[in-house]
Amino acid sequence: MRFAVLRFPGSNCDQDCLRTLRDNFGAHAEPVWHKETSVAGFDAIIAPGGFSYGDYLRCGAIARYSPVMRAVREEAERGTPVLGICNGFQILCEAGLLPGALVRNRGLHFICRQIHLRLENNSSPFTRAGLIGQVLRVPVAHGEGCYYADNDTLQRLEDKDRIAFRYCDADGNVSPESNPNGSLHNIAGILNEKGNVLGMMPHPERACEERLGSTDGRLVFESLINSAMAAIQ
Amino acid sequence: MKIRVTVLPKPSVLDPQGVAVAGAMKHLGWENPGRVRVGKVIEIDSPGACPDEAKLHAICRDLLSNPVIEDYSVEFLEP
Repeated sequence: MRFAVLRFPGSNCDQDCLRTLRDNFGAHAEPVWHKETSVAGFDAIIAPGGFSYGDYLRCGAIARYSPVMRAVREEAERGTPVLGICNGFQILCEAGLLPGALVRNRGLHFICRQIHLRLENNSSPFTRAGLIGQVLRVPVAHGEGCYYADNDTLQRLEDKDRIAFRYCDADGNVSPESNPNGSLHNIAGILNEKGNVLGMMPHPERACEERLGSTDGRLVFESLINSAMAAIQ
Repeated sequence: MKIRVTVLPKPSVLDPQGVAVAGAMKHLGWENPGRVRVGKVIEIDSPGACPDEAKLHAICRDLLSNPVIEDYSVEFLEP
């Protein structure tokens, strides 16, 4: 199983992703610099969190024009799974690989804490190892994580079962109180139409070891690895 | 030539910065400032000619603003 972890100037969760993939899952994981023009030969691509280009202009607005993003788009069209985490989610939205946008948190504060997520779709390569309704405890760390899309787009996401995760409380109740940032429909993660691109604001790579307070993030990487194994067989 | 591009959140998008600024304006004695929106201004002072209008608007739409959440306007300040 070969993972590419994209690295933009200002990425800062690339090492977390590489380390957890190698140490916790025994996967082959390589950093790919944003100037590269190919990401061929990988089973999955991860756009990690951070502050690419210092969040100048808008989060992800400049990174989307990095040479590597053209290659990521081609791989996504071929069906390779692409996972955008936090700033990676923002970049995928700016690049048009996912609909909508991530705007300033409703409360204006940068939020860095554990939250709960309800798994809403377990048919994607990122969530296959889970059960619908399952509650995951995973950290968020963002200032611009409020998901926004127009009503038609939201309706399409709902109708086509493209919402992968919603913010909820510890019991799995999705409510305004369990929404940390004002995201519409409590959206924490969405899939593209084909289901092979996932963007999520929470950080599963920071929840793969007991000593980090949760191992619930493992589900995303286990699903990806299982999907890749199934594709090979 | 000099161009000013103004980018503002769309009216349909919640602008928490604008709400916070409106609150501060009330503290300073403006009783009802109404809706305040916070955006950004991009000033381009170019020694060369401006690209044609279609190109300029493509850059405004694809890079300087995000049409999902923002509107932009262009002012030509100096030829």
